[in-house]
Amino acid sequence: MAKSIDVTDLSIYYGDFLAVEKVSMTIEPKSVTALIGPSGCGKSTFLRSLNRMHEVIPGARVEGKVSLSGQDVYGPTVDAVSVRRHIGMVFQRPNPFPTMSIYENVIAGVRLNGGRLPKARLDEVVERSLRGANLWNEVKDRLDRPGSGLSGGQQQRLCIARAIAVEPDVLLMDEPCSALDPISTLAIEDLIADLKANYTIVIVTHNMQQAARVSDRTGFFNIEATGQPGRLVEMDDTTVIFSRPSQQATEDYVSGRFG
Amino acid sequence: MSTQAPSPDTTMSGLGGNRRLGDRLFSGAATAAGVLILLALAGVFTFLVLEGYPALVADPEQIPGEGGIVAFIAPLLFGTVFGAVLALLIALPLSVGIGLFISHYAPRRVASTLGYVIDLLAAVPSVVYGLWGIYFLAPQIAGLFPWLHDNLGFLPFFSQSPSGSGRTMMTAGVVLAVMILPIMTAVNREVFLQTPRLQEEAALALGATRLEMILMTVLPFSRSGIMSGAMLGLGRALGETIAVAMVLSAYPGLVSLNLIGSQNSSTVAANIALKFPEYTGLEVNALIASGLALFVLTFLVNFTARAIIARRAEFSGANA
Repeated sequence: MAKSIDVTDLSIYYGDFLAVEKVSMTIEPKSVTALIGPSGCGKSTFLRSLNRMHEVIPGARVEGKVSLSGQDVYGPTVDAVSVRRHIGMVFQRPNPFPTMSIYENVIAGVRLNGGRLPKARLDEVVERSLRGANLWNEVKDRLDRPGSGLSGGQQQRLCIARAIAVEPDVLLMDEPCSALDPISTLAIEDLIADLKANYTIVIVTHNMQQAARVSDRTGFFNIEATGQPGRLVEMDDTTVIFSRPSQQATEDYVSGRFG
Repeated sequence: MSTQAPSPDTTMSGLGGNRRLGDRLFSGAATAAGVLILLALAGVFTFLVLEGYPALVADPEQIPGEGGIVAFIAPLLFGTVFGAVLALLIALPLSVGIGLFISHYAPRRVASTLGYVIDLLAAVPSVVYGLWGIYFLAPQIAGLFPWLHDNLGFLPFFSQSPSGSGRTMMTAGVVLAVMILPIMTAVNREVFLQTPRLQEEAALALGATRLEMILMTVLPFSRSGIMSGAMLGLGRALGETIAVAMVLSAYPGLVSLNLIGSQNSSTVAANIALKFPEYTGLEVNALIASGLALFVLTFLVNFTARAIIARRAEFSGANA
């Protein structure tokens, strides 16, 4: 279940381009960590490096260390596929599989991990995951319908259900509400508060109110200029970051003076 | 009436009259092009019906084979479908494999070169494929036939004594497969590349391997595209004339599942090409009637394929 993440001096490159430089942070289990900062500051890249999703871009590589409760995520014998089975991810735009029903979407990851499970067991997983994503009551009568027929907010909760169906150690969220309306956003934020009881959550957001509302700890990323690498400027308890940050840049950003 | 302000119409045309003229012209031209293709199709169909009709109502003895029009056309249709399905069975997995290699496995430089080479295959005239089939492929493939006969002879496909020349339905199927491979591969490659990145990432983030990602997202997303490509290929295989006429040692009127013997079913198109010079009168009408049958068959095949795709439209990848 929920595990901690330790990042030490992590630098991320795309080919020769240094995108993120020397980030170190500790992410506590069963907490919500928000990553904020202006566009292009490397916060999404950093998030994706935690489950090695940045590797889908050819030429991407890292230096430094990421460990999941002591296990090296980039160890020589560690496969990116197995990392992703332990660290789930929810994306900016809802992306349920259009060719699958709601039911099949939820168990898509379970099928990859566990092979063939008896139907009763799968039914349990589907109900538990959809309840966990606050979607069960809305879709329980139409589990065999395509996931693409749901509203945007429902689709995003379906994606969260799909991610938690495999009971990951950590859940990464890359601006999960940026394509949603305020009501759906509120539903997701409530859900994040519930999920914290069982999962370690890292969320990237452009919405500072959202960071303030949902997170326990906040990290502020920034770049000095275009073409420069992104850096972690400051990381602290969310209340501290939004009330009395130690860096001037953080204060300027959270008070809306730039970015 | 004459004291009223200028009607809104005049004002509007003063502002944008020219652009709307261009717009109207273009929409007219596009509509004309669309109507033209329908007219051409209707024209071909009318010709086939008018010229084929005399054979449909003729005395059975006057039709080649002397068994009537149905006995004349049915074996040809069988041979046509048999050869085309054989070609499709060979080409479909290959085209999916090559398409996936180009879109998801090969390094970019290799991929574009390979794509170019495959496209070149489509530019080779079919008579060249016919020559290649007779002089290269047939002798080579004939060496396989005795083995197939000895080991798989219990199947109707391989039960007859093997042809020494190699000019068999199997050879024709392979030649057809090579001919329809480029178009199918090109279609597959394009639809594979259009799989939304977000879908692929969703699968990868769940811990899918590259193969699992392809099975979960790329192939389901591309299902209707693969089907369209297969239909294009099947259409070409059904209608291919000269390569089959050259390669196949054909006996019109024969219905045979045999793939490796020297006596094979003929196909509609090859039979028309081979017999047209020597036939006269009603015999020509019979050939045209066989063409009509092929036309209707191709239409039905396409129609069925569309219906199959439409049945699962709700779960289409286009809803991503």
